[in-house]
Amino acid sequence: MATLLIPTPLRKFTNNEARFQSAGGSVKSVINDLITTFDGLKPHLLDGDGNIRSFVKVYLEDEDIQSLDNEQTEVNQDSIISIIPAIAGGAI
Amino acid sequence: MERVQLVESTGEVMRAHAIGTFPNECCGFFFGEIQDGNRNVIEVRPVSNTKDGDQRRRFSISPMDYLQAEKYALEKGLVLLGVYHSHPLHPAIPSVHDLKQAVPFFSYIILSVYDDEVTTIRSWQLDEQSQFQEEEIHEHQPIKH
Repeated sequence: MATLLIPTPLRKFTNNEARFQSAGGSVKSVINDLITTFDGLKPHLLDGDGNIRSFVKVYLEDEDIQSLDNEQTEVNQDSIISIIPAIAGGAI
Repeated sequence: MERVQLVESTGEVMRAHAIGTFPNECCGFFFGEIQDGNRNVIEVRPVSNTKDGDQRRRFSISPMDYLQAEKYALEKGLVLLGVYHSHPLHPAIPSVHDLKQAVPFFSYIILSVYDDEVTTIRSWQLDEQSQFQEEEIHEHQPIKH
């Protein structure tokens, strides 16, 4: 089972669970599995077209899936996937 | 809204970072626990401002630094409570840009810094309508408001 790490700001939608296990074979199937289990997460992860929101990064281990095969990136039972919100701002 | 308590020297670590990076914006994470309506900040970890371009008005934290912060919290049994950053020569009030990028749950501590002095520290959190509300903030040493 692949393990997905839930970022702290989204744990209010996962009953405070930090980790989610899924048998999905790709990043996309793991995220779909997550959203099916915790439907409150959907608007925070996906845009209106069902794509991962621009303010959200998904990493497989230490690599951005955008540098791999995006959502089709294959995962296995030892994979660790992380959802990473963009953290930025500024004075004006 | 909970009350943010800056325990021991955590406020000083943020101040020193804000002054050390002036006139650029600093940024970092803070960790602790939530207890009896208080967010107790017990550890601060400064990170690099990775914003391309004018860091006097903008900050950005790299995905890897964010990931490390989440992993650190899990390892230490702490809660990643939020993000701090400085507003050089500007008030400690969230900007439109801050609001656009904010995420739920996190406390956003902003330090207003003028040269070698942090004049104000304030903390903000998104409400259910995704608007910033100010949180009460306390530390052992007096804070100027």
